[in-house]
Amino acid sequence: MHWAPPVSFPCPSERKENALLLSLKSLTKTYRTGDKALVSVSLDIPKGQVVALIGPSGAGKSTLIRCINRLVEPTEGQVLLDSVDITELSSSGLRRERRRMGMIFQEYALVERLTVMENVLSGRLGYVGFWRSFLRKYPQSDVDEAFRLLDRVGLLAMADKRADELSGGQRQRVGICRALIQNPSLLLVDEPTASLDPKTSRQIMRLICELCEERGLAAIINIHDVALAQMFVQRVIGLQSGSVRFDGPPTALTPDVLTEIYGEEDWQATIRKDDEEDAEAAVA
Amino acid sequence: MTTALDTRLGQPWRKPPFIKRVWLRWSVAAGAVLYLIAAIASIEVNWSRVYEGLDRGAAFIMSFTRPDFISRAGDIWDGMLESLIMTVAASVVGILISIPIGLGAARNIAPLPVYLVCRSIVALSRALQEIIVAILLVAIFGFGPLAGFLTLSFATIGFLSKLLAEDIEAMDRVQAEAIRATGAGWMQWINYGVQPQVMPRLIGLSMYRVDINFRESAILGLVGAGGIGATLNTAFDRYEFDTAAAILMLIIGIVMVLEYLSGIIRARVQ
Repeated sequence: MHWAPPVSFPCPSERKENALLLSLKSLTKTYRTGDKALVSVSLDIPKGQVVALIGPSGAGKSTLIRCINRLVEPTEGQVLLDSVDITELSSSGLRRERRRMGMIFQEYALVERLTVMENVLSGRLGYVGFWRSFLRKYPQSDVDEAFRLLDRVGLLAMADKRADELSGGQRQRVGICRALIQNPSLLLVDEPTASLDPKTSRQIMRLICELCEERGLAAIINIHDVALAQMFVQRVIGLQSGSVRFDGPPTALTPDVLTEIYGEEDWQATIRKDDEEDAEAAVA
Repeated sequence: MTTALDTRLGQPWRKPPFIKRVWLRWSVAAGAVLYLIAAIASIEVNWSRVYEGLDRGAAFIMSFTRPDFISRAGDIWDGMLESLIMTVAASVVGILISIPIGLGAARNIAPLPVYLVCRSIVALSRALQEIIVAILLVAIFGFGPLAGFLTLSFATIGFLSKLLAEDIEAMDRVQAEAIRATGAGWMQWINYGVQPQVMPRLIGLSMYRVDINFRESAILGLVGAGGIGATLNTAFDRYEFDTAAAILMLIIGIVMVLEYLSGIIRARVQ
């Protein structure tokens, strides 16, 4: 069957904004055990572009996005965000730059015993002082923005519920709000759909891409599900053993390319266009 | 390719023994039994002395049927009050000090030098048994509740810091990581990423420690560190078993009430 790019959900990169946002230069991470997680990765990501990062488990996808906000310290190379070298920053400078990088996690990573609202507002921690955050006295503008975001993802009624009372899909939407309230320029998204059912996975991916479009955000999305990635992004980067093996549009993902990234398998079924999704998209 | 399977089919299966060598397994078992017999045989029991003591023991136990709360009511009241004050003060001070030490003693959030210092404090506090500390502090500060208060505070630090640190080390790393990724400062990170995860256990352990501190305060009186223990000791010295019985019943009652309260609080904070 012939594959055509999905037309219903244009993602930001179509707007042809070419100003450079993020630039990785020979980024290398060698763990203390000697494992080479990243081997000289160089990438450029323009403003507003949504990129899917695919590759087998252990290829270094998680390490790559964690090196960008230095949750993992890179061994060598540079991470330039609007020409600020993240790897050189002191701890206070790093905190300032982290505010510009919202992160969304695989297992949602909400603080389970805090309320939904506290979880969302924790995205403002980089902006408010300790006592304000300790006393939960956030500026009214932050509180309003939190309510607006919760309303946008359909969780306004849940604001005062504890995070552990929510379902997986709801938790991930709270995670998205927490990342967005930082008012970031870049989203780092680590396996957003790995613990979700297929329908919720699509809804979450669609939501992330729509929000990026609305706000002109760039995003790097680690994702296992190749078909799902193809539905929503304009650029795919394939990582294997810590190096970039593929960088191109989703249409260029042929069985040969997937074999190069993942190893020998029958890839036809994976990259087949999904008619169901088309129908669903048309309804939505 | 079924040969490996064929040899196993129809064969019984038994869990492999912990000690594989048969002779070693039986020697260890026989050795343990012999040791037990030898150990019991080595305990000297003076049966005529036991016979004489039975009367006194019976008198003590019988006194529980008619405990005397009245004749020493004033002493009992003062002792109880002193013990309770000691308990509460030592618990508050001990808990407040153990929180920063507990944070420092958690390897996943503290840098190595801080970790080593805090772990040393914990180790020191745990190595010195309460009675020994109390004897030392009574020697320094004299008889009375101050020595008891200091002893209990010191013991609380070792207990609570260690268990708090272990809880922090076992926390969900990703939740804390998510807070760090927002650009939060260190204190904010502790407040949002770590505290909610360990709070229920911290409250539960603190309540448990209040309970322990009260029981210990009864013991510390025996070495002169004040509290109800001193009153109890005096009652025994005067062979006033009925008063001693009354004091013991009060201690048991208060411990049970504290236990019940801490149970309610722990259920609430989950």
